[in-house]
Amino acid sequence: MKTDSGAPISPVSMRGFLRADGRKGIRNVIAVAYLVECAHHVAREIAWPFRDQDVHLIGFPGCYPNGYAQRMMEALCTHPNVGAVLLLSLGCESFDKYGLAHVIRQSGRPVETVVIQASGGTRASIAEGQAWVRAQLPVLAAQEPVPMGVEELIVGTVCGGSDGTSGITGNPAAGRAFDQLVGEGAACIFEETGELIGCEHIMASRAVTPELGVILEESVAKAARYYATLGYGSFAAGNADGGLSTIEEKSMGAYAKSGSSPIAGLIKPGDRPPRGGLYLLDVVPDGEVRFGFPNINDTAEIAELIACGSHAVLFVTGRGSVVGSAISPVVKICANPETYRRMADDMDVDAGRILAGEATLDEVGREIRDLVVSLGHGRRTKSEELGHREFVLTYKSFEPIGPACLPAA
Amino acid sequence: MMEAERRQDHEHDERVILLGPDDNVVVVRRRIDAGSLVRIGGRDVSQPKDIPLGHKLASRSIRRGEKIIKYGAPIGSATADIGPGEHVHVHNMKSDYTATHTLDEARARHGDVP
Repeated sequence: MKTDSGAPISPVSMRGFLRADGRKGIRNVIAVAYLVECAHHVAREIAWPFRDQDVHLIGFPGCYPNGYAQRMMEALCTHPNVGAVLLLSLGCESFDKYGLAHVIRQSGRPVETVVIQASGGTRASIAEGQAWVRAQLPVLAAQEPVPMGVEELIVGTVCGGSDGTSGITGNPAAGRAFDQLVGEGAACIFEETGELIGCEHIMASRAVTPELGVILEESVAKAARYYATLGYGSFAAGNADGGLSTIEEKSMGAYAKSGSSPIAGLIKPGDRPPRGGLYLLDVVPDGEVRFGFPNINDTAEIAELIACGSHAVLFVTGRGSVVGSAISPVVKICANPETYRRMADDMDVDAGRILAGEATLDEVGREIRDLVVSLGHGRRTKSEELGHREFVLTYKSFEPIGPACLPAA
Repeated sequence: MMEAERRQDHEHDERVILLGPDDNVVVVRRRIDAGSLVRIGGRDVSQPKDIPLGHKLASRSIRRGEKIIKYGAPIGSATADIGPGEHVHVHNMKSDYTATHTLDEARARHGDVP
C-alpha cells in the first residue's frame, strides 16, 4: 500500500479497547470526575495513589447548571479511551449527576457515584472511592484489546506557546501528518477559530460545499466579534516575544496545522465527526458574549478536542509548552530548535530540524503520523510519562450545528 | 517552506528565509547577533540588536500604512516607515483586527525575570 506521495504506509498494528458503541480506545482509563469544585479535593485524593495506572482526574468546578458542561462531561466520560467512571458529588450542587451517570451506564461502562454528604464526609468518601477504583483496575486490565485500523482514529490538533517558528515548521508538519491520516481514512480536527482570523476566505475555499464555506467564514467572523468585545485577541505576551506581531500573523501560522485536505464539516464541542476527513471545531460560544474568554488556556481547547472523540492530540509549540491531558495522549511537536535543545525531555518531535535543513516537512509529517499510530500499540508520549494530566472545563453556551455543517459524503 | 526556500534567490542572507515571493518581510531562522551584517536584498545591513529566531526583518522599504506581507498574506500594517533589513515587530506594525498584548512595558518598568 502506498500513500498519494508514493511513500509506503507502515503496517497497521494498532490495538484498541472495544466499546459497546463500536468505537475503540487506545487507552483504558478510569476517569474520576468531580461535579463541583467542592468535590475536587476528594476526587484528587482518590485518584492520586493510582496516578501511574491510568486513573485520571477530570471535573467541572461550577455550581450552576450549564448545558455545554453537561454535554462535555457526557462526551468525556463515554470517550473510547475511558473504561470506567467514578463520579464525585458534594451532594447539593446543581450539576445533573443522575443524567450523567445514566449516559455512562447506557454506554456499557461501569459507573459509581460517591456523594460526599451521604457518605460521611471527606475521609469516608476517599476510602469508598479508592475501594471502587481498586476493584475496577483488574477488570480493565483483563480486557483484551482488538485490532484497530488507522481509519478508526480521530486526531485533534492545537498549538500553544506559538512563536515565529511555529508557522514554518511545526504547524505545516502537523498539517502534512493530517493530510496523510485523512488519506488513510482517519478523522482529523483543527480548531481555535479565534486563531483563524485573516484566513477565513482561504479556508472557506477548501470547504466541500459552498454552504459549508459560508459557515466556516461565519464562524471566524463570530470569533473576531467575540474577541473584539473582550478587548484581547487569542494572543499571549509570549507570542510577541517569539516574534509574532499580530493575531493575523499567528493565525496564518496556526492555519497551516489543517494541512491541505478538503474541509468536510464544522463541529462544536462534544460533536463527533461522522466519518473520516478534516473538520473545523468551532470553539467560540454562540450568542452574546457570556462567561468570559472562549478558552481560558490551551488545556480547555484540548479538553474540547477530546470531547469530540480525539484519541490523541497533536500539540505544536514554539516557546515550549509542557502540558499533557487527562484521557487522551498529547503529542508535543516542538517547532523551535533552540526550545527543543532546552526542553527535549518534554518534546516528542523535533520539528525545528526543518529550519536547519536537516529534515523536510514531509519527513517530519510522516514521523508525526507514525508516532500517533505507535500510541495504539503501547507507546507513551513524553507528557504521559511525565504524569501531565491537565484538565480545564468552564462555562460556555452553544446552539446545535445545522445540517449544512456536515454535508453528506 | 522548503519550496519557498528553493524559490529564494541569493539576495538574502542564509540566516533568514523568504516564505512567499510577494512577502516584504523575511523570517530569521538562525539567531542574528547585534552588530553583525545581514545581507538583505543584495545589501549588507548592520543589526543594532540581537534578533531571535522567528522574528521578522523587512526585505525592502515599507512605507507607513503599507500592509506587512508574510506567507503571501497581509498580517497587519506598518505604523512607521521601515527600511530594508530593519526589525519588523510590534514597535513598527500593528494588527488590522485586535491590538497585540505584550509585557514589554511591564518588563521595562520592573526588569526582566532573572
